[in-house]
Amino acid sequence: MLLEQLINGITLGSIYAIVALGFTLVFGVLGIINMAHGEIFMVGAFVGVMTTGVLGWPLWLAFAASIVVTSILGYLLERMTLRPLRGKKGVSHLAPLISTIGVSILLENLSHHIFGAGNKPFRTEFAEISIEIGQVTVYIVQIVIFAISIILMIGLSIWLSKTKAGKALRATAENLETASILGVDTKKIITLTVIIASAMGGIAGILVGMAFNSVSPQMGLAIGLKGLAIIILGGMGNVKGAMVGGLLLGLSETFLVAYGDSGYRDAIAFIMIILILLLRPQGIFGSKMAEGR
Amino acid sequence: MLNLSNVETYYGQIQALKGINLEVQEGKIITLLGANGAGKSTTMKTIAGLLKPKNGSVEFLGENVTGLRPDQLLRKGIALVPEGRAILSSMTVLENLEMGAYHRKDHAVKADIENVMQRFPILHERQTQMAGTLSGGQQQMLAIARALLSKPKLLLLDEPSMGLAPLIVAEIFKIIKEIKDAGTTVLLVEQNAKQALKIADYGYVMETGNIIIDGKASDLIVDPRIVEAYLGRKSTSEQALVK
Ligand SMILES: Nc1ncnc2c1ncn2[C@@H]1O[C@H](COP(=O)(O)OP(=O)(O)O)[C@@H](O)[C@H]1O
Ligand SMILES: [Mg+2]
Repeated sequence: MLLEQLINGITLGSIYAIVALGFTLVFGVLGIINMAHGEIFMVGAFVGVMTTGVLGWPLWLAFAASIVVTSILGYLLERMTLRPLRGKKGVSHLAPLISTIGVSILLENLSHHIFGAGNKPFRTEFAEISIEIGQVTVYIVQIVIFAISIILMIGLSIWLSKTKAGKALRATAENLETASILGVDTKKIITLTVIIASAMGGIAGILVGMAFNSVSPQMGLAIGLKGLAIIILGGMGNVKGAMVGGLLLGLSETFLVAYGDSGYRDAIAFIMIILILLLRPQGIFGSKMAEGR
Repeated sequence: MLNLSNVETYYGQIQALKGINLEVQEGKIITLLGANGAGKSTTMKTIAGLLKPKNGSVEFLGENVTGLRPDQLLRKGIALVPEGRAILSSMTVLENLEMGAYHRKDHAVKADIENVMQRFPILHERQTQMAGTLSGGQQQMLAIARALLSKPKLLLLDEPSMGLAPLIVAEIFKIIKEIKDAGTTVLLVEQNAKQALKIADYGYVMETGNIIIDGKASDLIVDPRIVEAYLGRKSTSEQALVK
């Protein structure tokens, strides 16, 4: 059923978009891909499983817990592994990237150690509730995921364009030096950015757990690579590009599974990377200069 | 108001400033002249906190401010309009102006932005456009207007006339004079030595990281060493024109 697949695709796509937003915010401000973002997302998902499944907390409290935990992880990531490398003489510009890879390995193995390998089910009371609209079956979970994603995207856009802190973030993303001579404490803004991005990753983690009803220590790597594909597709550091790219990837994966060969599902993201790099290396919304972030 | 003593600034192993002593008095325009690569921009960046001096000290309003960050120095009243203007090109003209008043918490910001846009009507006209779409002269006006919105006590201008048409250059110098008359002290770096000395009260001349000459602007403008090195070719061509 076309409409059902469309709804599935949009649900998946909006989660991808949120993951990609986390990547794009950090890339905009720091100029690096945060390879630990996928694993922070995974930790967020596990916090959701533990709080709802083991502790029996309500869903909203699970979200709150996940946001708190991933925000702290974001803060530690910046303070302990990124800031010490910034602006130091003799430090390669690749060093922070490698540092985030280190953190991603650490987090994956830590959760492997704590939770064991394999998938953990994510139970929510309304995972099975669905409504029939004519011929179309819609799960409540899908509506919740979609609504949360939309609220996050709109909220972030408004925050970036209308608030003082959001403008300071954009100024810092365009030019750190310029932002600093305008009175922006760029250290604070960078920390804030990594925290916000990580919290969004945590939210996305719970959403994925709800959508697929399972989480595993390895889920961070897969989603991380897809997030990377999305921001290459949309344009590095571009907020609009992350949203549109996420939806595009979610829709194309869903339609491939429904009407094509599901074995190729995870290949789509990488086919997209190859095509976009050949045809339009700056991404759909990127410009050749640093503009348009 | 501002005092640099024995300031030495390095880029890695390369020493760009070799012990600068410089004084800026409140209410004046001080100009800093010198050939390309003399260290003028390095001096400005050191004052604004973008570079940290290895030796020496910077004192502002009687307080030692050596090594403070740019955002801290802005809060103390030092604003820099850097070489090349440093417009936020992916933000609108209005957002650039708002960023100028970023650190202010008073309620006059909105009115001040209105006033600035009245002084520079082009900024009012283009307020919703991306700042990157402005012409060079307009971007310079925006950069100056933005810096003024922080209500600085000391305004640092690094080659504001660079790359602009003569008519716009004249306008920029007029604006600098107005800024001084409104009570803001100005430290001005210029290639255009003659025009700079005309509006300045005092001048310094740099060469390879040192200050080699300083004096009243009215003396410097007739100083044979300066005329020869910095005003020479220009004034002879002007004389040729007169003849
Ligand atoms: N980022 C940098 N790295 C290394 N050397 C630099 C850098 N910026 C300037 N320099 C050097 O420092 C000296 C002074 O430069 P600068 O202050 O820009 O001169 P000016 O503004 O008077 O033209 C020059 O020799 C220049 O090559
Ligand atoms: Mg210079």
